[in-house]
Amino acid sequence: MTVLELRALRFAWPGSTRRLLHIDQLQLGAGERLLLRGPSGGGKSTLLSIAAGVLVASSGEARLLGVDWRTLSAGQRDRRRADAIGVVFQQFNLLPYLSVLDNVLLAGRFSATRLQRAGPRPRETAQALLAALELEPSSWPRPAAQLSVGQQQRVAAARALFGRPSLVIADEPTSALDEARRDAFMALLLRECAAAGSALLFVSHDARLARHFERVVELDVLNQAVAA
Amino acid sequence: MKGLLMIAARSAWHRRFGLGLVVLSVALSTFLLLAVERVRQDVRLNFSQAVSGTDLIVGARTGSVQLLLYSVFRIGSATQNIRYTSVLALADDPAVAWVVPISLGDSHRGFPVVATDDGYFEHFKYGDRQPLTLMHGRQFNEVFELVLGAEVAQRLGYEIGRRVVLSHGSGEIAGTEHADKPFTVVGVLARTGTPVDRSLHISLAGMQALHIDWMAGVPLPGLAVPAERVREHDLKPKTVTAALVGLKSRPAVFAVQRRIAEYAPEPLLAVLPGVAMDELWQAVDLGERALQAMAALVALVSLAGLVAVVVTGLEQRRRELAVLRAVGAGPKRVFALLLIEGVLITAAGALLGALACTAAIAAFGPWVQAEHGVALRLQAPDVAQWIWLCAILAAGTLASLLPGWRAYRLSLADGLTPRS
Repeated sequence: MTVLELRALRFAWPGSTRRLLHIDQLQLGAGERLLLRGPSGGGKSTLLSIAAGVLVASSGEARLLGVDWRTLSAGQRDRRRADAIGVVFQQFNLLPYLSVLDNVLLAGRFSATRLQRAGPRPRETAQALLAALELEPSSWPRPAAQLSVGQQQRVAAARALFGRPSLVIADEPTSALDEARRDAFMALLLRECAAAGSALLFVSHDARLARHFERVVELDVLNQAVAA
Repeated sequence: MKGLLMIAARSAWHRRFGLGLVVLSVALSTFLLLAVERVRQDVRLNFSQAVSGTDLIVGARTGSVQLLLYSVFRIGSATQNIRYTSVLALADDPAVAWVVPISLGDSHRGFPVVATDDGYFEHFKYGDRQPLTLMHGRQFNEVFELVLGAEVAQRLGYEIGRRVVLSHGSGEIAGTEHADKPFTVVGVLARTGTPVDRSLHISLAGMQALHIDWMAGVPLPGLAVPAERVREHDLKPKTVTAALVGLKSRPAVFAVQRRIAEYAPEPLLAVLPGVAMDELWQAVDLGERALQAMAALVALVSLAGLVAVVVTGLEQRRRELAVLRAVGAGPKRVFALLLIEGVLITAAGALLGALACTAAIAAFGPWVQAEHGVALRLQAPDVAQWIWLCAILAAGTLASLLPGWRAYRLSLADGLTPRS
């Protein structure tokens, strides 16, 4: 089953004549992991926003689980994103004033579906995820802001995976980590994505991450707006 | 909604230093609004309780408010006295039940001296027709005897038997003391919460005795009359400042008032205390409104500060908004979040202000009573104060729409990746 499908997608900012994205086709199957590699400013974040239904394509299709984002209202898109997608950013993923555990549970707060899929005892599910991502139980009640960057990224991964979303979108989540911690993070993220059955759309400028992925797509090649 | 409230509260607590200052400024303006309202009401209540059961106040022809102010509240002074014969004539009017003459002008350490007769203790009423009662001692019988108001006794620490020297006029000019004719305290009145508490009461004869060797406000040189020899003189007053009048039946009040106005021997003015009080409030109303308007403006300024702080803070919170968007909070939720935050801050400020107002009245009420004779009531907010509190909350909610709208726009524009 296809989780994400882009077809004949074009995007330009409203009022701008410069086309930022032009993608003929991109597919991501269930449980598949894809590295989308490209330089900064190459439209990566825009592409992720379209995939997550935050931005809407100017023309063409962007389907999540078979449903084109453009056919949904803004409110429906917000609900669908909360239900089906987990997101990890480069950094500052967490609400600093919530505890580590509450940050993970935040994913279920705006989506009944995610909360339901997290099982009968969501707190325990969240704790299990944190444990799987090698976060000490002693850190769970602490405010998220007190954690190191590497720990925070793992909490963000736990939140993205909470309630087993169909798709996890990661936007340069390792760029603030050193090499050793980067590899450790990648290993944990991939293992837990597999455990949750979530497809992974991973965006980075870092070619060294390619070995972790079964598919690597160069954005410059994919995006005909750059080629043209 | 409950989750949103929790997030809003935790987020606000996270920024408690900056927001605490905003809460303080809202609290201060709330305090100001509530305090102005309370003082306004209680001053009115105190004034309206100062005299009761008196149907008319009679004095020299002047403004009715002025007559009320100096005869009852000892504020300002009479430009002219009335003849004692006029008072006697008034007492002979068939509709008049009683007349209490009062003579003002002297003082003791800033407290006014009231010369009157025995009728004062019998007929003068305050509050809800409550009579004056003696806490200690008795009424004055002799020329140089003195009855203290409760506040005077307490503030100056005077007790029965104390010798007191009165000053001529308000006592501001040195060397105008009646040092040769000291009075003796024979009684202390119970507290009334009216200007009576701040007065020293002597007999009309005592007042006359004080000034027997004076003329035009200064002692007559070479004519000093020793205290022990004043009784040889005629101590009947020639003039008094004003007279309080009680009628046999109230409906006659306008007829008596007209008769007094038409009194041939000298020009007199008779006012109904309630009517004069209303005139006073009309005069004071403008000032009260100005005070209220200022307090309301201060409240608006503090709410403008709230909007400024929250909107400025939004720039640093774009990440937070992006995180909320990423976990599925729509722009409407983000809007609601900021609205809730603003309402929470306003509510906290209003609550703090109300508590501060109560605490201030508890702490400074006795001082205000002693210094200004106004009893501030320590009580739960009344209707007028609730209206102010609700107005502050409503204005705060309205003001919070702005940061809410700004956050809504930002979260729409930023999506998952804030451009900073």
